[in-house]
Amino acid sequence: MSEYYVCTGCALLCDDIEVDIEGNKVATVHAACRKGVARMKGCSDPMECTVDGEKAEVDTAISKAAEILSDAKNPLIFGHGNSSSEAQKRSIALAKKTGAYIDDTSSFCQGPIVEAILQDKIKTCTLDDVRHKADVIIFWGADPSNSHPRHLSRYSYFPRGKERQRGWEEDRTAITIDVRKSDTAVISGDNRFYQIPMGGDAEFMDALVSALSGKVPKTSYGFDVKRILELSGVLKKAKFGVICVGLGLVYSLEELEPLFKLMNKLNEVSDFNLIPMVGQYNMRGFNHDLFEETGYINRVKFNPETGEAEHGAEQSVVEALRNRSVDAALIIGSDPLSSLPLSVSRYLAEIPLITIDPCQNLTATRSTVTIPCALGGVEAGGTAIRMDGVEIEMKKIVDTDKLSDEEILTRITEAI
Amino acid sequence: MASVMEIYQLLPKTNCKECGKSTCMAFAVDLLARKVKVDDCTPLVNDAKHKANYETLSEMFASVKNVTETGLIVHDEKCIGCGNCVVACPVNVANDPLGAGSGKAPTSDKVIFKVEDGVVKARNVQECRRFGENKILCVACIDTCPTKAIEFV
Repeated sequence: MSEYYVCTGCALLCDDIEVDIEGNKVATVHAACRKGVARMKGCSDPMECTVDGEKAEVDTAISKAAEILSDAKNPLIFGHGNSSSEAQKRSIALAKKTGAYIDDTSSFCQGPIVEAILQDKIKTCTLDDVRHKADVIIFWGADPSNSHPRHLSRYSYFPRGKERQRGWEEDRTAITIDVRKSDTAVISGDNRFYQIPMGGDAEFMDALVSALSGKVPKTSYGFDVKRILELSGVLKKAKFGVICVGLGLVYSLEELEPLFKLMNKLNEVSDFNLIPMVGQYNMRGFNHDLFEETGYINRVKFNPETGEAEHGAEQSVVEALRNRSVDAALIIGSDPLSSLPLSVSRYLAEIPLITIDPCQNLTATRSTVTIPCALGGVEAGGTAIRMDGVEIEMKKIVDTDKLSDEEILTRITEAI
Repeated sequence: MASVMEIYQLLPKTNCKECGKSTCMAFAVDLLARKVKVDDCTPLVNDAKHKANYETLSEMFASVKNVTETGLIVHDEKCIGCGNCVVACPVNVANDPLGAGSGKAPTSDKVIFKVEDGVVKARNVQECRRFGENKILCVACIDTCPTKAIEFV
């Protein structure tokens, strides 16, 4: 045990994981959290290779998948959060070739925040900066104790860093702003937990901006003015602050303007950065890849003739399915039938569907073609982008005879 | 873990001295300190009217059979392997400042907490600050646990 591997349980991509291997299977995982262990130990129910519900050879399934995609006028390619960056690039090339809609989970997740960061509208930093420098950490609409179990222990609150030698005990302040008292809020302590009503985030931000400008902060829900002033005092004194934005905040804001205003104000009075709490291990990787290729992070439809990218709400996976404008779908490492509302996802079961995934899921049960792939970060290597935008190299841990999703996508593209 | 009073309430409260202690309260104190066993109270074991109390007490003390010398218990079913205790524990920090103390996987064998298969495992408990002659009431691992999976009895 001396080699470190990368855990692909969430977008923290912890790279200090040691494993014991017995008989080409991961037997014991050291240092990873329960989420990571569950992923690294592999599927309890692996997916079979099938065509029309019957067991099939991988070659047959790949040529059937290619046939479905080339017959379709407006196919949809969706998923990508659990694929390596190499596979995502292949997927984008495939979408270009077939004139497909291409989207990922950021479309209804952290998309707006990642977009703002890539367009340089928001100041950001890496998690290593947080470990070494951050003294004020705000978890806004996020509960890393449940979503990213090692966030607090590995980077944001507990560890000792170069400029934070006393760690959580004296050098760091954790603040939680949420609609409920989450597990993270309990760790922050009652004094540092600000409970706001649902949808009250934008107003709370405006109130904070007022407090930071020396005005009386007011909210329609009558939040204790003294506590907001006290919070603004803590933020003003911060030497290196960071806001970890969770889905609670993203879903609450109709537009990002209040967040931009708050970040600008915070950077006038002190130094503040923002990190999105990305869920799936390489969702941000897809956003980077597509941004490099087209200038958009998600919700793209390639024009079949010119290859130009059209972008907008209409090109999102949700709208494309709701408007029934797609006639076939390729799902990679995702389970939209489980995660999307049934009113939207029901249409997926009516069209030819291809699923590429290591494990069996609900979408696979309704698919025309299912192709099992190697488990990213365990049975296949590659690169992925962490939630803070740092590229992490993943090594293969155990061997498999399954193809990686990158190889499957390459072969489908070649067969069209 | 229950308090002395809670244990006392479950005892017969007759001060019969059959256990060798002068009062039931004294027995409760020793029971909590694990100097005696629940079965040492003969009226509680034999008398049918104390049956329910006997079962409650037995259950209460059965749950702590995995306890370490310092009285530290990790409830495996509650632990999520976040590693907060690994990084917060002052002994871990002192013994492994660049590994566990900096948020990374422990690199020393002297650490008390280590996460294995997603659950924290306690070892080297003799190093714990709650142990030995100069013991102090350290609560770093309990306070930082989001699921209350660590307990001292």
